[in-house]
Amino acid sequence: MSQIIRLKKGFEINLAGEAKKEVVSVQQPETFSVKPTDFPGVQRPKTLVKVGDNIKAGTPVFMGKNYPEVNFAAPVSGEVVEVVRGEKRALLEIRILADSNLEYEENKTFTPSDIGNANSEELKDQLVRSGVWPFLVQRPFAVVADPQEKPRAIFISGFDSSPLAADYGVTLKGQEKYFQAGVEALAKLTDGQVHLSVSGDREVPSVFSQITGIQSHKFTGPHPSGNVGVQIHHIDPLVKDDLVWTIKPFGVVVIGKLLLDGKYDVSKTIAFAGSSVKNPAYLETYSGARVDKFLSGNLHDDHCRVISGNVLTGESIGREGYLGFYDDLITVIPEGDQERFFLTSGWLGLIANRLSFHRAFGLVSFLNGKNKKYKLDTNVNGEERPFVQTGAFEKVVPMDLYPVYLLKAIMAEDFDEMEALGIYEVAEEDLALCEFIDVSKTPVQKILRQGIDLMMES
Amino acid sequence: MKFLQDIFDKMEPNFEKGGKFEKFYPLWEAQRTFIFTPKITTPAKGAQIRDAIDLKRMMFTVVIAMIPCLLFGIWNTGHMHFLSAGQEASHLDKVIHGAILVIPIVLVSYIAGGLVEVAFSILRNHPVTEGFLVTGMLIPLVVPPTIPLWQVAVGTIFAVVLAKEIFGGVGMNVLNVALTARAFLFFAYPTEISGSEVWIATGEEVVQGYSGATALGIAAEFGTGENQVPVLEALANSFAPDLYSLKSMFIGTIPGSIGETSALMCILGAIVLLITGVGSWRIMLSMLVGGIVMGLILNLFGSNEFMKLPFYYHLVMGGFAFGLVFMATDPVTASQTNTGKWIYGFFCGFFALLIRVLNPAYPEGVMLAILLMNVFAPLIDYYIVDANKKRRLKRATV
Repeated sequence: MSQIIRLKKGFEINLAGEAKKEVVSVQQPETFSVKPTDFPGVQRPKTLVKVGDNIKAGTPVFMGKNYPEVNFAAPVSGEVVEVVRGEKRALLEIRILADSNLEYEENKTFTPSDIGNANSEELKDQLVRSGVWPFLVQRPFAVVADPQEKPRAIFISGFDSSPLAADYGVTLKGQEKYFQAGVEALAKLTDGQVHLSVSGDREVPSVFSQITGIQSHKFTGPHPSGNVGVQIHHIDPLVKDDLVWTIKPFGVVVIGKLLLDGKYDVSKTIAFAGSSVKNPAYLETYSGARVDKFLSGNLHDDHCRVISGNVLTGESIGREGYLGFYDDLITVIPEGDQERFFLTSGWLGLIANRLSFHRAFGLVSFLNGKNKKYKLDTNVNGEERPFVQTGAFEKVVPMDLYPVYLLKAIMAEDFDEMEALGIYEVAEEDLALCEFIDVSKTPVQKILRQGIDLMMES
Repeated sequence: MKFLQDIFDKMEPNFEKGGKFEKFYPLWEAQRTFIFTPKITTPAKGAQIRDAIDLKRMMFTVVIAMIPCLLFGIWNTGHMHFLSAGQEASHLDKVIHGAILVIPIVLVSYIAGGLVEVAFSILRNHPVTEGFLVTGMLIPLVVPPTIPLWQVAVGTIFAVVLAKEIFGGVGMNVLNVALTARAFLFFAYPTEISGSEVWIATGEEVVQGYSGATALGIAAEFGTGENQVPVLEALANSFAPDLYSLKSMFIGTIPGSIGETSALMCILGAIVLLITGVGSWRIMLSMLVGGIVMGLILNLFGSNEFMKLPFYYHLVMGGFAFGLVFMATDPVTASQTNTGKWIYGFFCGFFALLIRVLNPAYPEGVMLAILLMNVFAPLIDYYIVDANKKRRLKRATV
């Protein structure tokens, strides 16, 4: 175990409605969906199935123009019932009516000891064809990894520090065997090391405790200490013309299952949390699950927002939406679409029940202490303005960079500046706290993604 | 508040696209969002929740921090008036008399600047921003109580247009807007904002031996040039007892611009800004240090009586305290990086005293020092950020 990296900067958003650490049984949804929009960097997705096709779990359902060989696969077997398109016929979703007994595409199986000796090209080929490949996300740019490349190293964050995040101790319970197999496969993909960072503040999940063949690190400190981008910055920072891959622990497990069992098995345990949920807990389902069955009868009130992912980086999917590919959390919080009178609860009121990173006049949430759990809604609490406040973003980004300067460089479309100011080192999630705390309500993550898109096109 | 919302909802269509008053939408929006924080929710992708703060609240925190200075300034304007006439007066009389002089200046500043803001918002079709909440209050506090109201209006309009709007409005300006207004008035109409006649709103009668000079004016007059006398002696020789004592200058019962005389009230404001974190402690501390360092250097050389004035007097004289708390800390025109803030603040204080003591033309140096450092702030930041870029580049080439 190497030294502990202690991060001071950051901010904990303590929300009400944390999932109780037990898995409850739920009725499985009938339909599942694959959303090309879940995969950053995939351009011009093209469907490979049509309505009425019967497919298996692991059958390719679409391809990206810039990832011709990568298979984006169906999470379950069943019948393709709908292909949803948006503007200019862009492919948005492929919906599948699931069979009651799942059938899987067959893949070659390995024994645990085989993986280390396998031919790395053959192994890679299997990962690319089977559907597990998109779990690998490259940095810079946080897009799906390109199988043609070879990364300098692979990084795994062993904890999620974001608000109401799922605990890997619950979601990955009993997956040690698969995780180990996945790690061994990853080691074949890089000449460098596979890094795993665990939290020094909380219990290390059993799934990580006996793993061999990895370089292990410990991080302490507030969110975003669990972000893989932040961890890379402190372990071995990215430089120009550099390439590393990242993968979430669940992705490693799916790779392990593929190799040991020969199946593309994306059954997962997810957290169902948020202040609008009556009984927040963990539940078992599959990637791309429709969420309405989980919600029904389990919400405090109907006027709420359903988010796939966490409240800082997630996406509002609506009550009949589908779980995102990378997400292991559904958060439900109240909508905030009401006006607030300025003296009572608006911009001049005394506010103790809405969290603030700041202490400007009337913002007294800091008096509540760190353990108070907040019930926050989706109101922006103000209007968008030019940058005025300085020095605040730096307090929540535990990296050696100047977020405001970077954002301004993106707005000015100044490529040299973007590069010099560190755009290669950040993804949306790393600056998500800036978006939360910003006085000027700047859409930080959107601007950053625009910058990343510009850099990728250049 | 439902009835108010209903009224707003009923009127809203007139201001929306295609409505009768479509052009005035920014003005409409400004008042609605003033009374109600709007119902805008977060977009589908990205941060789904947001901090309780907004720019209105942040700006208003600064206004609150200035209220002690304003109230004291009102009282002191009346106090100086009755003192110059040699009359006894109750505190209430002083406040009433001061208010009659000061409130119109505040109103004119807000109305003139507000009109410019609204005009530009309508012309450029952007929302009315709240930056002027602060500027509109700063301007009255840095002018003398006797200033003609039309000059307040002209100065404010000049500053808002030339220092702010042509750069793109709030957040884009290089120079502090309130200081630009003051500098403009200072150079355009020097007789109404300098000398010894303007700082006290006297009546018909004045006491024998009356002089309305500021402490700095006296120091510059007697402490430099020919026939020097020690500044402290010159200050002791005032028309009212203890008028320029260290204690009076600290409390603020001295002639001067409306809101800047009291170091004590500035400290109260500083406490508000520091507790809320709205004002940068780095800038305040480093400007204080810069002033003290320059003061000590001047004391060390001591080639004239002004230079011999103990350095701590400078901290309570003139606009040093006010500039330190409210002007130098303006986040838009100050340095934006933490290291830059140290450098910027230090030189604000350093140059303030340098200009004050060694420049014969301007008895007050704080305004010009801060404006000068406003210009240098982007350059300071450039080098700080450049160092960050170089660290990144170095990693790449190792």
